Amino acid sequence: MTRQRKLLSIPYYLWIVLFVVFPVLLLLVQSFRGLDGSFTLTNIQTYFTSQVYLTMTMQSFLYAFLITVLTLAISYPAAYFLTQTKHKQLWLLILILPTWMNILLKAYAFIGILSQTGFVNQLLDNIGIGAQPLLFTRLSFLIVATYIEIPFMLLPVFNAIDEIDGSMVLASRDLGANEWQTFRSVIFPMSLSGVRSGIQAVFIPSLSLFMLTRLIAGNRVITLGTAIEQNFLVTQNWGMGSTMGIILILIMFAVMYVTRKRRKGVPGR
Amino acid sequence: MTKNKNWAKLYLFVVFILLYTPIAYLIYYSFNEAGTMNQFSGFTLEHYAALAEDSRLLIIALDTIRVALLSALIATVIGTFGAIGIYFSRRRQTQNMLLSLNNILLVSPDVIIGASFLLLFTLVGFQLGFYSVLLSHIAFSIPIVVLMVLPRLEEMNGNMITAARDLGANHLQVLKEIILPSITPGILAGYFMAFTYSIDDFAVTFFVTGNGFATLSVEIYSRARQGVSLEINALSTILFLVAFSLVAGYYFIQQQRTRQKLAHMDPTNHEKAVTP
Amino acid sequence: MKKLINLSLVIIGLTTTAFLGGRYIEQAQGTSGADVFHLYNWGDYIDSDLIEQFEEETGYRVVYETFDSNEAMYTKVQQGGTGYDLAIPSEYMIERMIEEDLVVELEHSRIEGLEHIDPDFLDLNFDPGNRYSIPYFWGTLGIAYNEDLLEGFEPESWEDLYRPELADSILMIDGAREVIGIGLQTLGYSLNSRDSSELQQAADQLTELSPNIKALVADEIKMYMIQEEAAIAVTYSGEAADMMWENESIVYILPEEGSNLWFDNMVIPHTVQNEEAAYAFINFMLDPEIAAQNADYIGYSTPNQTAMDYLPEETVEDEQFYPSQDMMDNLEVYEDLGLEYTGIYNDLFLEFKMIK
Repeated sequence: MTRQRKLLSIPYYLWIVLFVVFPVLLLLVQSFRGLDGSFTLTNIQTYFTSQVYLTMTMQSFLYAFLITVLTLAISYPAAYFLTQTKHKQLWLLILILPTWMNILLKAYAFIGILSQTGFVNQLLDNIGIGAQPLLFTRLSFLIVATYIEIPFMLLPVFNAIDEIDGSMVLASRDLGANEWQTFRSVIFPMSLSGVRSGIQAVFIPSLSLFMLTRLIAGNRVITLGTAIEQNFLVTQNWGMGSTMGIILILIMFAVMYVTRKRRKGVPGR
Repeated sequence: MTKNKNWAKLYLFVVFILLYTPIAYLIYYSFNEAGTMNQFSGFTLEHYAALAEDSRLLIIALDTIRVALLSALIATVIGTFGAIGIYFSRRRQTQNMLLSLNNILLVSPDVIIGASFLLLFTLVGFQLGFYSVLLSHIAFSIPIVVLMVLPRLEEMNGNMITAARDLGANHLQVLKEIILPSITPGILAGYFMAFTYSIDDFAVTFFVTGNGFATLSVEIYSRARQGVSLEINALSTILFLVAFSLVAGYYFIQQQRTRQKLAHMDPTNHEKAVTP
Repeated sequence: MKKLINLSLVIIGLTTTAFLGGRYIEQAQGTSGADVFHLYNWGDYIDSDLIEQFEEETGYRVVYETFDSNEAMYTKVQQGGTGYDLAIPSEYMIERMIEEDLVVELEHSRIEGLEHIDPDFLDLNFDPGNRYSIPYFWGTLGIAYNEDLLEGFEPESWEDLYRPELADSILMIDGAREVIGIGLQTLGYSLNSRDSSELQQAADQLTELSPNIKALVADEIKMYMIQEEAAIAVTYSGEAADMMWENESIVYILPEEGSNLWFDNMVIPHTVQNEEAAYAFINFMLDPEIAAQNADYIGYSTPNQTAMDYLPEETVEDEQFYPSQDMMDNLEVYEDLGLEYTGIYNDLFLEFKMIK
């Protein structure tokens, strides 16, 4: 549009070329390489004919979906209520702060909380239900993954709701809408852009979680991340790992497409 | 109305408790005499004393903070202008393409990012260490900044820009007076997320670090073989309290300023939208 | 706008403070500027007091970097970028590094104290004549179990792990060769099998084991066993030694069918920049007293036979950690399988994980 603005965006485009396009090209080239380094289509063929890889992809999808839904269900009301509190920015920061605690440490804390003699089981024991095996279950994996992802949903949703022009809400009230109606027809539709960012920021990385799958789920939950990590770090089959990386990128494109902004003649631009 | 408010507060309180349970757990056990995060046998400060002696860990903690602060700052600057670039690119297709490229690093598993960055650095003959880590952190934080800033741009009132332009403002003025102020919350959110990504990262750093440079997560991981030592809990407790007080302190200073400014009437202030 | 600029200034100020703080601590420590020695080792695989002692004796400043798998180490060393002076990989990886010219041939004239090493650990298949590597530690894979939790039953073999009463109670090390190896050895095959039908049989065999597996984890096994989260674990000898130290009910055994014997040796990677220091470190670690102190701290078995004199008697006489010749004959060393079979092992392992 303008030269100055383009000049300012140059570092960004440079970044895209160096750290996105170039690595993706590397991945692409790698994904057509066999173990001996020659050109081959076996990696892609293996992926689409292997029961193991396909089931794993489905599972990753399912878990990422569940994590996203749970995260959204918890974060949306929290974000909404937050915008109504007095020191909303401060409370938001306070809710996001736990993210700064090292993830490995938090995982260990969860191990302590969920273990056989842990905090939750002592509680269950006291109310007479008795200790349950919690660690290494799919449920605990979902809980911890949701815990980790909440801030990444909370922030964009909060921002979107906070941005809504107060006069719109007032106008809606003046027109006789009650709180629920105002929420449904003004706030919710206008917060969707934040929800979209949130879903993108949560769903996509959830497809490839791998530390938690081992630490919390004891490898009872296997995601694409596990397989990719294995191919890159253990088997050193970078071809297969790259193929899965490319597939993840394609899935991301699909998610982006599904959550894209549908334009309905918004004026202005 | 008030009843609803109470429910809202209760809900927020529950979320707060849930988010802080593991943190409280870690802090609680940093005072444990037994040396493990299992049975609490008695109160001690010995882990804090050990931490004060452990200069390697202290240096690493400071380095981690330095990388996070700096990489987030640079990523925010690059990402913000990137988002503006995407927003103003004329064709919808270009926009979509740029956005897709932008998000690739968000979806790629850390292992792939780490491995490909390592390849990149060795291809150009870059020495591994502080700068390779810094560059990588900037690189993987940029997309989240763009994701945070872009919705703000989209909600910005386009007519304002046209109006300003009609009144003879040049592009830099438009940028400074209209665009940046209206996307500031997005920029701040982006910085926060970038900082968080950097502090949180383990796998990428693990690949691209070298020559003795380490961040906390790498160090914690390498010490985890013998079980996480409570010295690390002590360190995290201190860092957490510092972060907490910094955030709170900064917020209240901001509040004071805004209150002073309010006297001069600031129409863009959000405060009044909340309590009509 | 002003707000943004102010914030940026604050951030830059904090960054500078962090930088200066770090350098200040380094200064106070008085170690900057010294001759640097880059050691690349497993996490927590040396007594940190020994590093200090080495620094004091030689004047070098040790930069200690860690890896969590042989493969991660291999990738970093192969790519260069860091001047590692000494690394401590396992035998099959050393074999591969020798083949790919990633390690430097040792000058034996500069090494002192090799005579302390038990001849059994010298001149092995992966490095004939020790032209590239010097033994550091060795160990085995075995079964650790908690006597109290198992009530009267004492596992003696891999076979015993299949018992139905052990449902959901075994913690397994998260490694393809280890797990597939259990399947192979239950059937009496070699750990280094490159026979597709044998491997398939092993995988089928493991399917029956799967209901007994509680989790596949790594370093955390130790913590879980100490806290009695599980009754049985398949783990390495040194890890087991630590568990037994913390929890007296834990016993470590080598299964009847045999198991894996492994070595971690010191090598000088091609990235070396300070050969002088690398040799100084090798000689330091060969010193029997030092080796004994290290073994006592880490819990793995030392190949240094003179060092045994300095170790507690109960450690040296423990057949599970220093097995008799008979038992040693029953143990097998991993060979480098090559990329293709490494892939097959790992795919079978992935399948095994997916059974749940």
